[in-house]
Amino acid sequence: MTKLIQGETGDWEVVIGLEVHAQIISNAKLFSGASTLFGSEPNTQVSFVDAAFPGMLPVINEVCVEQAVRTGLGLKAQINLYSVFDRKNYFYADLPSGYQISQFQQPVVGKGEIVLDMPDGSSRTVGVTRLHLEMDAGKSVHDLHPSRTYVDLNRSGVALMEIVSEPDMRTSEEAAAYVRKLRAILRYLGTCDGNMEEGSMRCDVNVSVRRPGGPLGTRTETKNVNSIRYVQMAIDYEVQRQIEVLEGGGSIVQETRLWDTTKFVTRSMRSKEEAHDYRYFPDPDLLPLELEQSWVDAIKATLPELPDDKKARFIADYKLSAYDAGVLVAERASADFYETVAKGRDPKLAANWTMGELFGALNKQGKGIEQSPVSAENLGGLIDLISDNTISGRIAKDVFAEMVETGKPAALIVEEKGLRQVTDTGAIDTAIEGVLAANPDKVAEFKGGKEKLFGFFVGQVMKQTQGKANPALVNEILTRKLKD
Amino acid sequence: MTDLTKLSMTEALAGMAKGEFTSVELTEAHVRAVEASRPLNAFITETPDQALAMASRADAARAKGEAGSMNGLPIAVKDLFCTAGFQTTAGSHILEGFKPPYESTVTANLWRDGAVMLGKVNLDEFAMGSSNMTSHFGPVVSPWSPGTLVQRDAGAEEGGFLSELTAAVRQPHPVQEWQWTRKLVPGGSSGGSAAAVAARCAMAATGTDTGGSIRQPASFVGIVGIKPTYGRCSRWGIVAFASSLDQAGPMTRTVDDAALMLGSMCGFDPKDSTSVDMAVPDFRAALTGDIRGLKVGIPKEYRVDGMPAEIEKLWRQGIDWLKSAGAEPVEISLPHTKYALATYYIVAPAECSSNLARYDGVRFGLRVEGKDLKEMYENTRAEGFGEEVKRRIMIGTYVLSAGYYDAYYLKAQQVRTRIAQDFEEAYKLCDVILTPTAPSTAFAIGEKMDDPIAMYLNDVFTVPASLAGLPGISVPAGLASDGLPLGLQILGRPFDEATVLKVAGVLEQAADFNTLPPFVAARG
Repeated sequence: MTKLIQGETGDWEVVIGLEVHAQIISNAKLFSGASTLFGSEPNTQVSFVDAAFPGMLPVINEVCVEQAVRTGLGLKAQINLYSVFDRKNYFYADLPSGYQISQFQQPVVGKGEIVLDMPDGSSRTVGVTRLHLEMDAGKSVHDLHPSRTYVDLNRSGVALMEIVSEPDMRTSEEAAAYVRKLRAILRYLGTCDGNMEEGSMRCDVNVSVRRPGGPLGTRTETKNVNSIRYVQMAIDYEVQRQIEVLEGGGSIVQETRLWDTTKFVTRSMRSKEEAHDYRYFPDPDLLPLELEQSWVDAIKATLPELPDDKKARFIADYKLSAYDAGVLVAERASADFYETVAKGRDPKLAANWTMGELFGALNKQGKGIEQSPVSAENLGGLIDLISDNTISGRIAKDVFAEMVETGKPAALIVEEKGLRQVTDTGAIDTAIEGVLAANPDKVAEFKGGKEKLFGFFVGQVMKQTQGKANPALVNEILTRKLKD
Repeated sequence: MTDLTKLSMTEALAGMAKGEFTSVELTEAHVRAVEASRPLNAFITETPDQALAMASRADAARAKGEAGSMNGLPIAVKDLFCTAGFQTTAGSHILEGFKPPYESTVTANLWRDGAVMLGKVNLDEFAMGSSNMTSHFGPVVSPWSPGTLVQRDAGAEEGGFLSELTAAVRQPHPVQEWQWTRKLVPGGSSGGSAAAVAARCAMAATGTDTGGSIRQPASFVGIVGIKPTYGRCSRWGIVAFASSLDQAGPMTRTVDDAALMLGSMCGFDPKDSTSVDMAVPDFRAALTGDIRGLKVGIPKEYRVDGMPAEIEKLWRQGIDWLKSAGAEPVEISLPHTKYALATYYIVAPAECSSNLARYDGVRFGLRVEGKDLKEMYENTRAEGFGEEVKRRIMIGTYVLSAGYYDAYYLKAQQVRTRIAQDFEEAYKLCDVILTPTAPSTAFAIGEKMDDPIAMYLNDVFTVPASLAGLPGISVPAGLASDGLPLGLQILGRPFDEATVLKVAGVLEQAADFNTLPPFVAARG
């Protein structure tokens, strides 16, 4: 199914491809032993290699290669046992050596795929063209001095994976779903923290438009978009801009653009004519990277269950809907949380409480599942109290609110506040008798045919019992008594 | 006591072991020789205090029975090796004043074994050249240049404000001064290393060889120079010229000294990914003199047009010497030799254009301000680099640029593979290869500077082995009719420096080269 955009002169199809730069989780940099700690004082995590001092040489960090291969396996991709590091040459003040070590013609990971989970529960497969290893540059700081630029080399040499998609996406929603899914996979694998605000995941967005079924249009590349929301906004903006240009009789210039996060527009950075000639060539300081299949297999053996497999299992084992399963597996921590809650309990009830009450509460507090004030064990304990009729579902919501507030176990709160459900029919009998005796007019009306007053009587009984009466028992006894 | 500067390193080691002299005495003699040799312009930085401090430490180590293999031997270091706390210039204005906070692996190995640093010696800028004329610090004059000692009145000539003030108290005094009648180049790029060793001011020197930069100057000044197999010596801490070709090696006055010093310099270094994890053999033990039955390849393609007849003659002489020692000459073919220079002058500049991008004025070395970053780059690099370096950066940038990469760089890499295959084939027929080291003797300073191609031809015999990463040594074999030394080159199989050195030892003995350069002979 192709989604089309309606223009003034007809329909347009959008073609989107993404290049994601994901910072590898490792203690040391890609080619030096310097630390990768984020947030350190400027220029404190820099070796002579990172600063490109004369005579310094790069040495590949095995952990980073392992992480790239692990990611490749997680993307169900071809692992290339032979790959080559190239130099990408350009001058800039935050690129000390004057070249970035990257992989150009022979990347470590080849073709793979990512399955997108769309909000309507459907799914769609997007091809991954390649994944290669490269080093990050330093950071130029332009706003500390009116005329000078400061350079922080802490990031210089940090290992990145550049993950390039096929131009398979057709809407900005798909692009957003792609980034979300990729981030989930990277986090499951533990190869990138996916923290876009800190810049450990950045997106270059390639967009073009064409007439449905027609030849591909000229694309623009918008660089370094650093949130999923911005990815979507940048694409929407670019699509509108390109359609306007084309429908106005103009043509699209192949160029690099920037996403302006204050005006929410893309702006031209440099055209194809001004594009760098990177003069790629194999880095003579590094030998080709040769991996053994057994080494790759050993990594494969340690892969965790990934979102797609987990989702399938949740649907099969817990009988969850595709949508619910998709939401729960989006983060490994939520999936683990849910499984702890669901263990030995009604899986549907566990899903409802996790996704409904808990996620709602976390959302309100702006917290992630890792910082949840209610532990999975405690949420499970609450569900147990509902299941064994110790408390009613309504009381459970109050108990849950108290749990969010205090972090205490449900049973303790129920005990302390005396919220245990009343299942003693004698006590309920007495309460009902009292309510009926106090409202003879209402009883008469009810018996006269105004049956909706039943709810009123239930409410009064619950009020009398401070909500602790078992609702089923109240219903049953009340029905009997009103018939009398 | 004999003149300590005339000893070989192995003789000096024996002398110190017997207690005939100390390292401090040996070093003092060389420090004086360094001073006396200043007209050669061989040193960029003299480090006499450091030398004497290292010498006393070496003497102390010897007294404790902890003498290393190079203990107490004063040597010079090509100014391409980073030396912690001592200026390292690469012969370039752009690095003038740069004091690295780290020590290259090769020099660290030498200091570990007790060697003594006399100073940092001159070279072609970033090791790009075959004459030492491209150095920012001026050309090196070969000690083989003809000249005479003249008497001069020192006190009278000195001028300037300070001299006028002190003229009253200073008496004119006669000084002996060397006057050149013609200044010859020592070759390059390790020209300062070659001159210092030939002039007997350093017992040996480190060199680096990218296309012949150890072997060609060794030939020009009548000393021994070996470029080991690529990967034998760590490149860590050596200012890079062309990473896939650069290799360090010793420059000495005897083959035995070369074996001794190479053993100290080389070894696996995890900091250099191209360094090879292989045991270092006892190179000196290989010098048995027994080459009976060894097959010596004579490449027919090395008879180049315009090569002087006397070089051809010396080559034949070399073949005869080895034959008399029991080796068997075999004609071999290295069919891609004629493409070697062209290949080299694509690969080396390509790598250098990228390697030298880091000299941008941002973090170290020279900075010439501009109105913005781009202008600062342009000003810094325009002022910091010399003509030859700029030429090679431009050639390298060109051959790597879009649209030209396939025709130049990629093609050159393919030819390079063919050249390496030529040698593989040849080594099925022979154990070593014998060739002249250079197509001429030393030329005069200033010659060939306007003709880069003629200059590049100096490397015609050394470049193929560099491209193939093979070990090669130049051994002084005799004097040409112009009275200047000529060397013969022996190439070997990968990591078979032992056989190369063994054959070199036989050649050395047969040639019995012991003429002193005029500059040294006149000093007495």
